[in-house]
Amino acid sequence: MIATRIIPRLDIKGPNLVKGIHLEGLRVLGDPSEFAKFYYEQGADELIYQDVVASLFERNSLHDIISKTAKQVFIPITVGGGLRSIEDIKQVLRAGADKVSLNTAAIKNPQLIKEASLKFGSSTIVVAIEAIKQSDGTYHAYIDNGREETGMEVARWAKQVEELGAGEINLTSVDRDGTGLGFDLELIKMVTDLVSIPVIAHGGPGNINHTAEAVTKGNAHAVSLASVLHYDAIKHNFNLEKVNEGNFEFLKANRNYSKISPCNLEEIKTHFKKEGLVVR
Amino acid sequence: MKKIVIIDYSLGNLFSVNQALVNSGANVCISDKPTDLLEADAVVLPGVGAFNEAMGNLQKSKLDKAILDCIKQGKPFLGICLGMQLLFNNSEEFGSTNGLGIIDGTIKKFKSSGYQKILVPQVGWNNILAPKNMNWEKTILKGINENTYMYFVHSYYALPKNAENVLSETTYSDIKYCSAVIKDNVTATQFHPEKSGEEGLRIYTNWLNTI
Repeated sequence: MIATRIIPRLDIKGPNLVKGIHLEGLRVLGDPSEFAKFYYEQGADELIYQDVVASLFERNSLHDIISKTAKQVFIPITVGGGLRSIEDIKQVLRAGADKVSLNTAAIKNPQLIKEASLKFGSSTIVVAIEAIKQSDGTYHAYIDNGREETGMEVARWAKQVEELGAGEINLTSVDRDGTGLGFDLELIKMVTDLVSIPVIAHGGPGNINHTAEAVTKGNAHAVSLASVLHYDAIKHNFNLEKVNEGNFEFLKANRNYSKISPCNLEEIKTHFKKEGLVVR
Repeated sequence: MKKIVIIDYSLGNLFSVNQALVNSGANVCISDKPTDLLEADAVVLPGVGAFNEAMGNLQKSKLDKAILDCIKQGKPFLGICLGMQLLFNNSEEFGSTNGLGIIDGTIKKFKSSGYQKILVPQVGWNNILAPKNMNWEKTILKGINENTYMYFVHSYYALPKNAENVLSETTYSDIKYCSAVIKDNVTATQFHPEKSGEEGLRIYTNWLNTI
């Protein structure tokens, strides 16, 4: 039986792992490759690296972090952020990524999904959809890490993404991201009902009970988790002295974010099993 | 030190296969030259992508013939994912394409039997089981427990003609299929041991121990 995947997501800014709320207000949490190794040893099924400022500044700073991680982590690594062309994708795969995640470039040029999935295989191409609920109740896809509205309805875009050959959809609720309020189940259910490719749900879970809901209530095939895991992992305090860029006051003050009750992968897997899900 | 060659035919996950072998202590070289294959002590055929494009690339660089020669000479040979599928007679991907014909059988696409929605590709962790009369002790799966989870990414699966070639089985949706094959000096897995954590790395170590 295929297992439900639990995927830590690591947002990267420059050399650091960061986490924000609604994809904004980024706090520095530490060295991403140390978190990656920690999650690998704890039994993570895959990892997602997202360069959260790459598409704004059109830079790709991830290559070193990917290569370092791929030498010590033997599970699939998906990399996203600022990938604009077949050549960009090739570079990231060469650095050690197994899959790439496209958003901004895919919306601006949907043919890139088709071209990339023909060239690298559908299973290598993940399309990230960053959704924000509109006042009329529909969801629109945003680009540039949730900053720019495209006017594209998520329902239509998800269908189109599947037709163009994407292997998976990584669905983020920007409204819920970092809030700890739980997954946007209506959004997840809408997309999983529409497509026949795996959907990874992201954004919102603030405690262990939230983590499985995307699957049990939203029919997602995988969950990608950030805050709940990271705020547990930082208790292990790896190499704090190395952090010297960005907003790290939060980290050094040893504070926690009130809406998040952190937990680790082992606890989450136990919870998934209790909910009747198959995990590795 | 024994020399391992990973075949580079412009498709696939060379980096991660290389990384896993190096981690297991191997002396590895990535090459697209038939002569390098013939000089190697053991050969790995990785692969992610389309069957017909892969066969085309192998033929263009005359690697297909070199692979057949290596296998005939008895060199330990390991196929991964598409590298396993290419060992069969043919695939129904894009009409019908002939494969290397080392293992009798064909490659088919996952299809729903009608009762259950099936997601294609299969992406994720699934478990492997030994078929009846198969003992893993003398294979690269030595020391791996039944039901261990391995990482899979594929839309097509292998149907070997002879049951004795089936090294492991896996069930996806309601389809029970062959997830690893064995024939003399040739072993191949549909899953990616290099992406299957510590248990996957053990498979590479086991394979290196046969060389």
